[in-house]
Amino acid sequence: MGYTLNFNLIWRHFDKLWGGLLLSLELAVISIAIGIVIGLVLAVWYVSAGRVVRAIIAAYVEFIRNVPLILLVYLVFYGLPTVVDLAYSAPTSFVLTLSVYSGAYLVEVFRSGLEAVPRGQLDAGKAIGLTPWQRLIHVRLPTMLRITLPALSNTFISLFKDTSIASVISVPELTYGAQWINFNTFRIVEVYLVTTAMYLATGYTLLFALRLVERRFRAAR
Amino acid sequence: MLSQILYALPFLAEGFAVTLWVSLLVVVLSLVAGVLLGVGLVYGPAPLRWAVRIFSDTIRGIPILVLMFFVYYGLPAVGVHLQSFWAAVLALTLFKTAQVVEYLRGAIASIPKGQSEAAMAIGLTFRQRLTSVIFPQAFRRFLPPWINGVTDAVKGSALVSLLGITDLMQAINQIIGRTYEAMPLYILGALIYFAVNYALSYASRRLERRFAFIRD
Repeated sequence: MGYTLNFNLIWRHFDKLWGGLLLSLELAVISIAIGIVIGLVLAVWYVSAGRVVRAIIAAYVEFIRNVPLILLVYLVFYGLPTVVDLAYSAPTSFVLTLSVYSGAYLVEVFRSGLEAVPRGQLDAGKAIGLTPWQRLIHVRLPTMLRITLPALSNTFISLFKDTSIASVISVPELTYGAQWINFNTFRIVEVYLVTTAMYLATGYTLLFALRLVERRFRAAR
Repeated sequence: MLSQILYALPFLAEGFAVTLWVSLLVVVLSLVAGVLLGVGLVYGPAPLRWAVRIFSDTIRGIPILVLMFFVYYGLPAVGVHLQSFWAAVLALTLFKTAQVVEYLRGAIASIPKGQSEAAMAIGLTFRQRLTSVIFPQAFRRFLPPWINGVTDAVKGSALVSLLGITDLMQAINQIIGRTYEAMPLYILGALIYFAVNYALSYASRRLERRFAFIRD
């Protein structure tokens, strides 16, 4: 088909990809950290709340999970500033979106984890005289974390991949860097091969690291 | 504002039809391809198993967006010319196929080995073992995750807007480009996607319960 691979131009512009990958990771880490806070608070609240609060939290989770991320990204970046008096950069806007997005997925993960904590453990906590707060910190949350770790790892990796959507609002992360090289050098096949390799290497390194964490906590049981 | 949105409704409906059409194509094509490759992964000869494993792990390891740009810009570069619509469908289908492969592998792996051995003991051929023993049981394990994944296909279809295909997402962006009513239209769009996906996941929960009662 007459296409000769030539990676020279990719290496010349490799800083676009490398810098992009670092930004992707940064976006993912900040958003996931905020998402974990949202998820934990709402999940703990959910399992002990009345019907109204439950309905509100469920509505948040269901709404976010059933709408494409790209639409939420547009909504926050192009829509929100037209109705509220706020100005933010594209990366901030994306972090805000991905935080709220990951929060919804993490509420679900944490909620099902909390509900899977064996009843006997809570009773045992009560029997030795722990206050509800102590039971939460020393009994429910540690057990819940151990139960949810595999699901958490998968959610984290999928959120890392979701950072590629930031390219639609010109955040210069990895996918944006790839497109830039695609449009400016036309070494199309090469740039996507290298980008694919970078996503795979990062994703599987993350997965491997998270599996190590899982194994450590399983041994501690 | 309201009149402008009402005026735009037929255009939105056209985009919505494209969204549904893309989703349907992706769901059906990936089901066929995924089941074939999944069976290859479980029962095929070693080279085929390796090929499917590499395919699935690679595709699932990269963002759909990267896969889509790779297919859309990469195919013409190597001399394959597809309409942008079909390039988008191909990319989304590849992604979904990898998922279907994993659902099927998981479902087959969950069937106890004794089932297959018993079938062998009573003298069923390989094909009979698959069609009368393994598949009927694996189907029930396959169905819930697969149906859950259908909403992913609808959500993923919004990415085709980036290739200039006028689906619901693109229709919304175009109307905003003319009316500058960003917030109402994005919310309207979110509600439409929500309605479709919520209905799908509601139906899937019903279906799951239907199939749950015959569980062994």
